[in-house]
Amino acid sequence: MQISRPRQPYSAVIVFLSLLISPLTLQVLICRNYKGDVDMAEIDHFLPLLMTQEEEGLTCPIMSHGNVHFLWIKHTNLYLVATTNKNSNASLVYAFLYKVVEVFTEYFTELEEESIQDNFVVVYELLDELMDFGFPQTTDSKILQEYITQEGTKLEVAKTKVPTTVTNAVSWRSEGIKYKKNEVFIDVIESINLLVNANGSVMSSDIVGTVKLKTMLSGMPELRLGLNDRALFALTGRDKGKTVTMEDVKFHQCVRLSRFESDRTISFIPPDGESELMSYRINTHVKPLIWIESVIEKFSHSRVEIMVKAKGQFKKQSVANNVEVRVPVPSDADSPKFKTSTGHAKYVPEKNLAVWTIKSFPGGKEFLMRASFGLPSVENDEMEGKPPITVNFEIPYFTVSGIQVRYMKIIEKSGYQALPWVRYITQSGDYQLRSNF
Amino acid sequence: MEWANQLCENRQFGSKMTDSKYFTTTKKGEIFELKAELNSDKKEKKKEAVKKVIASMTVGKDVSALFPDVVNCMQTDNLELKKLVYLYLMNYAKSQPDMAIMAVNTFVKDCEDANPLIRALAVRTMGCIRVDKITEYLCEPLRKCLKDEDPYVRKTAAVCVAKLHDINAQLVEDQGFLDTLKDLISDSNPMVVANAVAALSEIAESHPNSNLLDLNPQSINKLLTALNECTEWGQIFILDCLANYTPRDDRESQSICERVTPRLSHANSAVVLSAVKVLMKFMEMLPKDLDYYSTLLKKLAPPLVTLLSAEPELQYVALRNINLIVQKRPEILKHEMKVFFVKYNDPIYVKLEKLDIMIRLASQANIAQVLAELKEYATEVDVDFVRKAVRAIGRCAIKVEQSAERCVSTLLDLIQTKVNYVVQEAIVVIKDIFRKYPNKYESVIATLCENLDSLDEPEARAAMIWIVGEYAERIDNADELLESFLEGFHDESTQVQLQLLTAIVKLFLKKPTETQELVQQVLSLATQDSDNPDLRDRGYIYWRLLSTDPVAAKEVVLAEKPLISEETDLIEPTLLEELICHIGTLASVYHKPPSAFVEGSRGVMHKRLPARTGSGESTESPDVGTAAGGSAPEAAPSIIPSQGDLLGDLLNLDMAPPTTSGPPPPTTGMQMGGMDLLGGGLDSLLGGDIGGSPAMGAGFGAAPAVMPASLNAPVGGGLGDLFDLGGVGMPMGAYIPPKIVWLPAMKAKGLEISGTFARRAGVIQMELILTNKAMSVMTDFAIQFNRNSFGLAPAGPLQVLTPLGPNQTIEVSLPLSTVGPVMKMDPLNNLQVAVKNNIDVFYFSCQYPISMLFVEDGKMERQVFLATWKDIPNDNESQFQIKDCHLNSDAASSKLQGSNIFTIAKRTVEGQDMLYMSIKLSNGIWVLAELRVQAGNPNYTISLKCRAPEVSQCVFQCYEAVLKN
Repeated sequence: MQISRPRQPYSAVIVFLSLLISPLTLQVLICRNYKGDVDMAEIDHFLPLLMTQEEEGLTCPIMSHGNVHFLWIKHTNLYLVATTNKNSNASLVYAFLYKVVEVFTEYFTELEEESIQDNFVVVYELLDELMDFGFPQTTDSKILQEYITQEGTKLEVAKTKVPTTVTNAVSWRSEGIKYKKNEVFIDVIESINLLVNANGSVMSSDIVGTVKLKTMLSGMPELRLGLNDRALFALTGRDKGKTVTMEDVKFHQCVRLSRFESDRTISFIPPDGESELMSYRINTHVKPLIWIESVIEKFSHSRVEIMVKAKGQFKKQSVANNVEVRVPVPSDADSPKFKTSTGHAKYVPEKNLAVWTIKSFPGGKEFLMRASFGLPSVENDEMEGKPPITVNFEIPYFTVSGIQVRYMKIIEKSGYQALPWVRYITQSGDYQLRSNF
Repeated sequence: MEWANQLCENRQFGSKMTDSKYFTTTKKGEIFELKAELNSDKKEKKKEAVKKVIASMTVGKDVSALFPDVVNCMQTDNLELKKLVYLYLMNYAKSQPDMAIMAVNTFVKDCEDANPLIRALAVRTMGCIRVDKITEYLCEPLRKCLKDEDPYVRKTAAVCVAKLHDINAQLVEDQGFLDTLKDLISDSNPMVVANAVAALSEIAESHPNSNLLDLNPQSINKLLTALNECTEWGQIFILDCLANYTPRDDRESQSICERVTPRLSHANSAVVLSAVKVLMKFMEMLPKDLDYYSTLLKKLAPPLVTLLSAEPELQYVALRNINLIVQKRPEILKHEMKVFFVKYNDPIYVKLEKLDIMIRLASQANIAQVLAELKEYATEVDVDFVRKAVRAIGRCAIKVEQSAERCVSTLLDLIQTKVNYVVQEAIVVIKDIFRKYPNKYESVIATLCENLDSLDEPEARAAMIWIVGEYAERIDNADELLESFLEGFHDESTQVQLQLLTAIVKLFLKKPTETQELVQQVLSLATQDSDNPDLRDRGYIYWRLLSTDPVAAKEVVLAEKPLISEETDLIEPTLLEELICHIGTLASVYHKPPSAFVEGSRGVMHKRLPARTGSGESTESPDVGTAAGGSAPEAAPSIIPSQGDLLGDLLNLDMAPPTTSGPPPPTTGMQMGGMDLLGGGLDSLLGGDIGGSPAMGAGFGAAPAVMPASLNAPVGGGLGDLFDLGGVGMPMGAYIPPKIVWLPAMKAKGLEISGTFARRAGVIQMELILTNKAMSVMTDFAIQFNRNSFGLAPAGPLQVLTPLGPNQTIEVSLPLSTVGPVMKMDPLNNLQVAVKNNIDVFYFSCQYPISMLFVEDGKMERQVFLATWKDIPNDNESQFQIKDCHLNSDAASSKLQGSNIFTIAKRTVEGQDMLYMSIKLSNGIWVLAELRVQAGNPNYTISLKCRAPEVSQCVFQCYEAVLKN
């Protein structure tokens, strides 16, 4: 007769595997069995599963063997694998795995095989603190660094106390922070995502903006950020100047979400140092800032001719920096020849790309690049995909959506004056233009 | 180990040596050396030795032999060393249970250390030592830590209760830890609250009826308050816990939704998905005309779209969930088609999911864009993706009629590319388009025929053959084409053979003069030279039909085909509801209920969405509210109450070995079809799962199944009046067979058991009379069932509270669940029972009326009934006679309805009433029935059709029992 065993929602064994030169020597680098309900030997099934999937070209971030499920992510040469035999919260597991990467990266600068081995004692300590019985606990690396340090023995004194921050409602900022000069730097960064069809019509385009803070403020300051948010203006009945409609907004843990929900006020006690305060998505259709027209002509068995025209469709006063137009070329192309009206172009054979770089690209201007490649007389049998042309750029002192920081109010009980500094930048996100190639 | 021998490169701290040096000693006699070092007087040396031990442990070497030496190092002021020793303990305590006890003292002492970090460390480690012997010693320290002044210790202790419960649930209950844990929900510290909620949720999962979380408006309010203050992970615990609550009415539902919506703006995708889960569930209770309802719908779209910019794995989880949400509430994302357009650099698993959602969202408004995209994808290089894109074009044609023409021309363009697998996929979908829009696009047949030779996949070959057969009259050389396939008949797959057989018969019926030889040839190939029973049978059927009644043959073979549904692979509605309750979890990714892949979750209630309730009635009587809410998962009955001795005794009954449910079928996370209703075991019954959309039809190339005589004629016009059903009388109560003696006293040392089965308000009950015919008092009753055909199991303990004195009789009613282990019995409704009392264990078997398994929602849609009836093979039909029944058809119908046998349609032909009925069994099997009642004739004829024909006999018995009593 079968007795029902409990079903447990959060269950995870975190296992790090390291990938060496040959994937066959993949072995467990470090692991922590948080619940004891999955046999550690189960991890032996992970690799064969992964290899089978890779052979079929159909990888999936969730795999199962028997009643054990593997949820994995890959970071540099490491696989981070969580295993469970319950109906676990999958989104929590992935969010946690990425958090682990973040914490370890902040601790060891780079998360890789060597850094894990070199610091295995700290790694164990961190794993112990990050999760308990499958429940994620403290995952803020700044706070963790207050009581788990790499030079354990030396800081014995500091470690005899749990930082109150760990369990505070304000779990992201410690008390007693002091700065001589109180300042906060605000970076508003907008990334343009664009997908253009081969016939030149824009299939989708949106703006993903982030507001990053570098906070150098003493004590426990209360901050309030004012943006030219259309919904806020509508609420307060104010109706002047340009406003921006944000489709969706995501906030750092520190922002009071219910307050924002009720009156669109962004109020928070900021984490110390650098942090991402918020991100937003805007759907409004904007003219693609850098427009690309391309003609790619392939003469089988002989050559391919590429002509690319890039046009800056932004204000004349602005300048796009470090513009990079990446044009795909056939993998069997050779003997590249380039001609450009500005900047310079080069062939990157390992990526099958012709990359055209323009250091400084003023608005309203138009440039041209021509390239030609030889093709072998024997044709490549393998089908090749049709990778799009991608563009990288950044335009400082400018946000494409027109979003503005209207104010940043800083109130601390000691009453100090603090200065906010704001910087705007627009850059390319996922900027793809399909070609006829 | 190569890496272990690498030079110790110093990465972080200038001159300090890094830990990797500990990995380097691999010489012989290492254990011996380590032992000496562990016992060294020098602190520093000791610590180094422990580090080496842990390093060995990390690379998988067995260093358990050092257990006593390492434990000796436990008492130290050095926190780092202590942590390492604890780590070692967690790893090896289980293999060295006797020695683990040595550590107890230190734990107890550490739990009282002045440093909260050490107290927490001790209590955290304690719970990870899964050794029964020492758990008792840990209760006192744990009790103190639960009330510790430091929240860090309390939050750790809260989790420790869950750990301890996993090791020894009884102990935790006896010690009252559950109550302490409940108190922690009101703790002043949000992190403590969050961990207490997580721990309680975890424990509650194994006690479905314990009402541990005690979710009521007050506690919900506390949780909602804590939601604003705790960490992102704590928010997830609380949201997941909230999702288990069923609000009393729509007002409460709305107010919870209002307080949960701000979470949609959290940066952590997992918080967002858990909030979506709560909202999707509670929304179910809101009246659709409420303003707030539409506001909420609007609020859900942006965060779902933003999830698509998360990391690819999270995107994947989000997409799998969006797939569910789009099926449940298509209106949420109907304007967001563009965000699902595939990007070149998306991982393949994201691409395939996006494609799936694109098809679901395709509508007349966006079809042009969608088609342009699909065409683009179809010229990619990734074979799986391309195939799916081509199929998607076909699905669009079927879904959006206005686009059909454009889809067909797109498919023709693709066929011109001559890329082999593109051509084959295109032909498969064009066949579907032909079925949906007959006589519209036949002009393309010529183009298709050009590609005949390049088809090497059975599905494509079968599709092409179907097309040739179906339109044989318009293809001049149809006979030649089909003949060319005949040459290698025996090398073809069954699918192609069956198709070829049918196609040639069709051809013959359309052009009999020229094709006589061909049809002879295929019939003899199918019947004489094949050992495939399906093929042979079909061959014989055609043969006889053609030889006896060519007109009938024409009617059968060339009959109008049922329509194909617009949406394919929709998830069955009840499964969809359950999956919505599991948003964000593995179940939502696999699209399978947890019971299908989690071992031991069979006893756990399936989650259901709450029903809409009016606010008026339920505020006055909350009980009614919950009952109407329908789901109330926390009210699920427990399996076995006091797990201590009783369980042990029952386990020794030796009736059946403890079963483990079969492992979940391997999945790659792709779309899965219907749910696994029975798990392992009853394969033959399982075949009967007709899932949610039987109208989809079987492989339609098959000769259409012969319909029952009564349904055959009126398919066209009579359908309306066939189903034009007058009122059915009020249902009467369900039939309950009289009690009979199951266990005579002489066989059971004086205990006599008689009983019967009943279904009351949807609950199956075993009603027992226990009589003590012995001289001594009987106590300690317990009951257990052997595995049986329908997974019947006691849903609670046998409630015999007072001892049963000599000559005393007691009536007991035992609720039963149908989620127990399954094994096919003979007869099917046989149940083997073991009853235990203080004297002995007794066994008996009894048979239950299968009618108690007929569920209340067994009324099938008319269209579905019609399609299903046609779809079930005729071999599965059985006919019975019910003699001497004097009810008229209406009375019979209402009597049967009392036992959840639902009349769907009634038709009268020449004084004979024909009732069409449906029944659904608790394991999801449908039984369709046709009952014929001739006025003045006391003998009824009943035809039963079911995918699991085994049950027909039992069902017939029920008809007889119900009608005659």
